[in-house]
Amino acid sequence: MIEIERVGMDEVVAGSHVNHEAVGLTREDVLELFRLMVLTRRLDERSEQVQRQGKTAFYISGRGQEATQIGCAYAMEPGKDWFLPYYRDFGIMLAVGATPRDLALALFAKKDDPASGARQMPAHFGHRDYNVFTSSSPVSTQIPQAAGIAYASKLRGEDAVCYVAFGEGGSSKGDFHEGLNFAAIWKSPVIFLCQNNRYAISVGQEKQMAVEDVASRAIGYGMPGVVVDGQDVLAVYKVTKEAVDRARRGEGPTLIEAKTYRIVPHSSDDDDRLYRTREEVDTYRTSQDPIVRLRTYILENELATDEELDHIDKEALAHVDEALDWAEQQPDPVAEEAALYVFAEA
Amino acid sequence: MAEEQEKVAEAEAEDVSAAAEADQEALPQEAQEASGESAPEAEQAEAVQTEQRERPNKMRMVDAINWAMIDEMRADEDVFLMGEEVAGGSGGTYGASRGMLEEFGERRIRNTPISEMVIGGAAVGAAMNGLKPIAEYMTANFAMLGMDAIVNHAAKIYSMFGGQFNVPVTYRMAATWSQNSATHSQTIEGWFAHVPGLKVVYPGTPKDAYGMLRAAIQDPDPVIFYESINLYYNRRLAEEIPADMAPIPLDRNVVKREGSDVTILTYGRMLSVCLGAAAKLEKEGISAEVVDMRVLRPLDLEPALASFKKTYRAVVATDDWRSVGMGAELAASLYEHGFDYLDAPIERVAQKEVPTPYNRTLELSAFPDEEDVINAVKKVIR
Ligand SMILES: Cc1ncc(C[n+]2csc(CCOP(=O)(O)OP(=O)(O)O)c2C)c(N)n1
Ligand SMILES: [Mg+2]
Repeated sequence: MIEIERVGMDEVVAGSHVNHEAVGLTREDVLELFRLMVLTRRLDERSEQVQRQGKTAFYISGRGQEATQIGCAYAMEPGKDWFLPYYRDFGIMLAVGATPRDLALALFAKKDDPASGARQMPAHFGHRDYNVFTSSSPVSTQIPQAAGIAYASKLRGEDAVCYVAFGEGGSSKGDFHEGLNFAAIWKSPVIFLCQNNRYAISVGQEKQMAVEDVASRAIGYGMPGVVVDGQDVLAVYKVTKEAVDRARRGEGPTLIEAKTYRIVPHSSDDDDRLYRTREEVDTYRTSQDPIVRLRTYILENELATDEELDHIDKEALAHVDEALDWAEQQPDPVAEEAALYVFAEA
Repeated sequence: MAEEQEKVAEAEAEDVSAAAEADQEALPQEAQEASGESAPEAEQAEAVQTEQRERPNKMRMVDAINWAMIDEMRADEDVFLMGEEVAGGSGGTYGASRGMLEEFGERRIRNTPISEMVIGGAAVGAAMNGLKPIAEYMTANFAMLGMDAIVNHAAKIYSMFGGQFNVPVTYRMAATWSQNSATHSQTIEGWFAHVPGLKVVYPGTPKDAYGMLRAAIQDPDPVIFYESINLYYNRRLAEEIPADMAPIPLDRNVVKREGSDVTILTYGRMLSVCLGAAAKLEKEGISAEVVDMRVLRPLDLEPALASFKKTYRAVVATDDWRSVGMGAELAASLYEHGFDYLDAPIERVAQKEVPTPYNRTLELSAFPDEEDVINAVKKVIR
């Protein structure tokens, strides 16, 4: 019987299941992963504050899922690979090269928003410069597109790989089944990343599916399936790197399921006290917070001091504040622009 | 934020045009709800506070829908509700199924996985096997993902089985726009109204919603029941609805405001907007008759036609895009049956033909408002 691989799932640890050198990463890489994770977190927190102040209409957060996103993006090649993120993927965006200013322009729906010129909702990421493809609000509809994007690369003889993300809730859709089956048959180079945070709004995983692991479905499609500790950035990096290497070698797609957690409500007007306990959430806000996990690993291995890490964090916050202040001052679109972009210009 | 909006609304005069404005005021809050999130904070606070659920004296749109389902489920064991989040702690995404899990249990109030195709298809199956499912799509946009089940199965099975099986499903779906952007703001009632075998209704007042939802659930055929989130929490529209109110038959459109100079055909969210416009036009000496086209299929044109034979002029106002939408059908039907009475070309008020933009300025410029209706009326009157 084919089995899915499990990485970092046997025991709960404070740091990482994986040694950075064993997966080919340097001290500098680890500190860069840390920087990206705190930058994502600070941007996320500040963006929420801005929404609460009534300056933006809507906010949805990726807080708690940074290790999953950044570990995965770090194993890919921005500029060459394709990205079809889902709405929590602030970490993916920053890791592929989008700046806090880029993302802030989208939040404020400004004229120069690189995602869409103020047409898309916030968190519907897009960025032509980094091959980030915009998405539709109905969940998982980007999965079939990933199969097509990857096939196009393959057809042209390129070794670009396509990343596509979705929640465990989104894996209940037909798009998931059809997209995976299709990519498997055509051996399209796709990294299917299921960010399993255990809830689809208020609905717990056990009410969404009768299996323990979304990744187990990979068996039925004939592709490798991997379950990984999504709070462990190095473990996610490791399994993604392996999947990307396979895909570049022409061996087809992989389904990776990162077990993670969102430490905030579903969106700016969800009350998560109605469906989960504070104790459960608190675990992921403290010892199992992905940033705490990486910090612990760095300190355990003496890659940096507490002060150095605090400094990185402080700089990240300053970077974010600058970006939000700047973006707020940028020009708004004018009503006439509503008529643009219906048909492609000749 | 929601409370502030309520206060703004409260402060406004007690007329319908204020209702239309309050509707606009309330939009930013709803933007968030429609993105697939749970009920607004005010809703939740209420839900936590009121243990004992009493039938509200005056019902808003969302209450009317809630109580129509409750009353129907009390009356008929075969009725059950399924959809995403319907059994959630706050009573569904918008609070429309509040208190229902507590009263009817998980057997009859069922959360589904995010599987729109199955919501559509399983409802058809359960209906053929004797139940009366209420299948909720979180928004009309997501019903697109269940289109095959609705259009190819629910609508056609009675015919394809030579009348041996009917499909008594009610597909409830909420339409809205309020910074939800391109794929989240669509109101595709015209898609459904195109299909023989489907009944399509789109109420614009709580009483109509209550009476028509009860009728829809009882109906032996599949009914597409449209709800406007933009109207859900509007207290201006709240009205008393007795538990023994008779269901409203699904074959009757009605005049909602009498007038003699021009006929306005509209439904759903735009009903309030048109009533507001009519009130303003009155002050300018123009008397507009507003016909609520709450039943879109099978289309009951009679009241509109009767009005048109009196005014000789008509405006059709919808939230939908102009081309090949419901507004086109309404205008064409009037031309067809009322040609001899025509004094001016029929004007259409509709959404700009662009994918709905997120930015508030762009969005507002795309959707029709009171002023657009007033301008259209003046054009046909001239
Ligand atoms: C097709 C579709 N149905 C319903 C929704 C409403 N909705 C938005 S997010 C969400 C939950 C998604 O859960 P999951 O896929 O687990 O992702 P998570 O939000 O937990 O990261 C739902 C039901 C939607 N956007 N699209
Ligand atoms: Mg989830």
